[in-house]
Amino acid sequence: MTDTLNDTDTLSEYFTDGTPLVDTRAPDVDIAQMWTQAQFDNALVNPANRRKLDVIIVGTGLAGASAAATMGEAGYNVKAFCYQDSARRAHSIAAQGGINAAKNYNDDGDSTYRLFYDTVKGGDYRSRETNVYRLAEVSTKIIDQCVAQGVPFAREYGGLLDNRSFGGVQVARTFYAAGQTGQQLLIGAYQAMERQVAAGTVQEYTRHEMLEVVVVDGVARGIITRDMMTGHIETHLADVVVLATGGYGNVFFLSTNAMGCNVTAAWRAHRKGAYFGNPCYTQIHPTCIPVSGEHQSKLTLMSESLRNDGRIWVPKRAEDCDKDPRQIPEEDRDYYLERIYPAFGNLVPRDIASRQAKNMCDEGRGVGPKVGDFRRGVYLDFAAAIERMGRSAVEAKYGNLFDMYARITGEDPYQVPMRIYPAVHYTMGGLWVDYDLQTSIPGLYAVGEANFSDHGANRLGASSLMQCLADGYFVLPNTIRNYLAKGPFEKVAEDHPAVVEAEQSVRSRIDRFLSINGERTPDSFHRELGNVMWEYCGMERTDAGLRKAIDLIRGLREEFWRNLKVLGTADSLNQSLEKAGRVADFLELGELMCIDALHRRESCGGHFRAESQTEDGEALRHDDEFAYVAAWEFTGDADRPVLHKEDLSYKFIELKQRSYK
Amino acid sequence: MNLTLKIWRQAGPDASGELVTYQMTDVSEDMSFLEMLDVLNERLAAEGTEPIAFDSDCREGICGMCGLMISGDAHGPERTTTCQLHMRSFNDGDTITVEPWRADAFPVVRDLVVDRTAFDRIIQSGGFISVNTGAAPEAHSVPVPKPDADRAFDAAKCIGCGACVAACPNASGMLFMGAKVTHLGEVPQGQPERPARVLAMVDQHDLEGFGGCTNIGECAGACPKEIPLDVISQLNKDLRSAAFHRG
Ligand SMILES: Cc1cc2nc3c(=O)[nH]c(=O)nc-3n(C[C@H](O)[C@H](O)[C@H](O)COP(=O)(O)OP(=O)(O)OC[C@H]3O[C@@H](n4cnc5c(N)ncnc54)[C@H](O)[C@@H]3O)c2cc1C
Ligand code: SF4
Ligand code: FES
Repeated sequence: MTDTLNDTDTLSEYFTDGTPLVDTRAPDVDIAQMWTQAQFDNALVNPANRRKLDVIIVGTGLAGASAAATMGEAGYNVKAFCYQDSARRAHSIAAQGGINAAKNYNDDGDSTYRLFYDTVKGGDYRSRETNVYRLAEVSTKIIDQCVAQGVPFAREYGGLLDNRSFGGVQVARTFYAAGQTGQQLLIGAYQAMERQVAAGTVQEYTRHEMLEVVVVDGVARGIITRDMMTGHIETHLADVVVLATGGYGNVFFLSTNAMGCNVTAAWRAHRKGAYFGNPCYTQIHPTCIPVSGEHQSKLTLMSESLRNDGRIWVPKRAEDCDKDPRQIPEEDRDYYLERIYPAFGNLVPRDIASRQAKNMCDEGRGVGPKVGDFRRGVYLDFAAAIERMGRSAVEAKYGNLFDMYARITGEDPYQVPMRIYPAVHYTMGGLWVDYDLQTSIPGLYAVGEANFSDHGANRLGASSLMQCLADGYFVLPNTIRNYLAKGPFEKVAEDHPAVVEAEQSVRSRIDRFLSINGERTPDSFHRELGNVMWEYCGMERTDAGLRKAIDLIRGLREEFWRNLKVLGTADSLNQSLEKAGRVADFLELGELMCIDALHRRESCGGHFRAESQTEDGEALRHDDEFAYVAAWEFTGDADRPVLHKEDLSYKFIELKQRSYK
Repeated sequence: MNLTLKIWRQAGPDASGELVTYQMTDVSEDMSFLEMLDVLNERLAAEGTEPIAFDSDCREGICGMCGLMISGDAHGPERTTTCQLHMRSFNDGDTITVEPWRADAFPVVRDLVVDRTAFDRIIQSGGFISVNTGAAPEAHSVPVPKPDADRAFDAAKCIGCGACVAACPNASGMLFMGAKVTHLGEVPQGQPERPARVLAMVDQHDLEGFGGCTNIGECAGACPKEIPLDVISQLNKDLRSAAFHRG
């Protein structure tokens, strides 16, 4: 093993250590009883009192829409916000592959415990056991709920639900609706929420961007939003605030995320006292369409499910890389995943598949056009599958993905193998929450991709949809009542100093963006930040690289506030202004990600530190030093965060180095 | 390639709009149509002109947020979403007109951005199955024949983009509505509310100012998700039988 880590002292210029953090919310019983016990222990709110309690939910993706629908059904008075023109358009809609659940419909040995085990192991032992067990436990109810809503999952001829398997597991527990699972699940949750809008329990605010949290006496009591059509700055007060605002992968500029995905809601909350957990854990997805040029605005994912039937390879010899792949005979192809990981083959977890693809390209065996000096692509080949299953079966299973590929690249994947390359896809970090999904600000909850929980250092495929719906339909509504039962809460006056301050800070930020009058657009800063992040805090990180990135980001931030150019006015639809606000927050988050990556001198899951690897190049964890969640506190100065460690104790699962060989 | 773009500019909902001409050079065929507009916008900003407002989010053809009339075609010449339309569909020297969706029920917000919340209100009126969270039976307790599930899925693919409305001379939302009615009507779970659903949705549709369907079929031709025209027949069938039951 190589281990040339710098000594920790030199890190003290980047952050200071804070007091340790403990999550005491999970009941002290056997893990299989924990959630049942918690639901029983949590206080109840009398139905008559519910309509007097105001709940704000920011975000209407799977996590937010399911939470809004469920809280609305329960009779609370809910306001739900999103920045798109309709709740149905949240980024969740883009999820392709599927959603996991331990139904064991195939009798292939699945169980709650196995899903729990796979998720903890897949997350490289950096997630909290209690949360993950609960996730596995409620997973089965999610499928029941969605089916009852009319979600058209794929079915067998007998009329029962079909399953497939996903990377990192050896059972078929993934439910799907062709390659559009996220769309179908979101439409289900959206319809459930719209039903509550009609019933009057949910009020929907579309094209409203949340720009600040209102914290009164240390407790979250509302938000400040901007009506993106008119520019009106609005104050919305409530008894509790839930953030369901998704992930921050767009800090990399190029990613598989929707264009509007941002960190603003979470970052504003962080600046008001909510700890940010594990910001450096980014998932890089192995099967994306490679970058084609400078103009590119986003990267497109090809569902991981393709790895079930497609075989991944590169030429054995670098000289063959510019040949037509169909002319390269079998013996000259290197099916490297099947070679290195015979037990899992093409279905190894995402971090491993991504890193090996990068290794192949770094060795000079990448394929496709050169971008810069490199060919960044490997083949995903369906020739064998087409021969085995027939073209029509392949078409039935993956047709829409093949069409999408053809449209983007101009190549026919039925004839020529697809080219894929890893891209930023998902962020495992997010607001730190306890077992109840409450952040370190009382009254502020975070659900779905916006929180850090459940996936540890790496997320298994089909597990995010599961987490988002688990949080929104089943977990949050049950934990938040324990908080709401403390009500009725004293009303906050609109002219309370904390409210006025929050509103004022939003207005002055907007004025500042519009008055800098510099030379560079928000996009140009964003692109530059993205390059820095990808280069130094992407698939592989080093001590020196991260220090350099921090300097670069600080410089870029300084220039941003001096040289930004935003045209137009504050009182109308102004997309440049919206972007400016998001990029400003990304510029602070980016630095925190690098600091977190710098301090974590081990390789785990989506975090690969070059200095910490085994002799054969696999990630090397250091459980003795780093088996904790890094929860960062904002100190008023983006350059000086405080690190609180929450130790992860594994009582039910034994810590092991992951091996998929 | 080089292109001449005539783009609709309108400062706000009540302002009057006009087509403004922009010249684009060095457009690569690998760019999507929206990436081409991004490049134009960066240039406009550098010149001190306000960028053109247009909607998009996923840029993967699935969220339904994008949508432009491109030389008279909803989403342009290919059968896809605007974000998935690539510049290889055009030729060097082309003149392309870019306008927002036109329909009374979709008022223009600014430039190429329109307000499609009428679609949400149609869903609110009945486009759902009523089941409270936690009240669902075990998923395998109700088998659904595969052909029904597949047909429900094909209808459920609608992304709510509004191209059908924009393409229709009557600005009718029947294809959108037919898709939802068919999706929910094909599964056993959707049966109890089936008559009430279609009646309420059609009422809301008319109230929002969408036009009536006169079977022109432009909608299905423009739909990026290939929602078949027969969902409208399904809707009409459901409507007749529901009206009959209502008496
Ligand atoms: C291409 C792709 C494919 C995927 N495939 C799968 C898959 O097959 N299986 C799987 O399990 N996972 C998959 N994932 C991951 C999964 O889709 C996401 O993690 C998940 O959908 C996130 O849901 P969410 O509800 O937390 O957030 P989102 O769906 O991102 O919703 C965020 C919401 O917050 C709102 N919002 C954000 N900021 C603000 C603000 N400041 N003010 C107001 N509103 C705001 C947005 O409008 C939106 O409504 C995929 C992801 C991608 C990118
Ligand atoms: S029916 Fe087709 S065109 Fe109409 S909204 Fe749905 S997807 Fe768009
Ligand atoms: S941007 Fe989502 S469909 Fe085009």
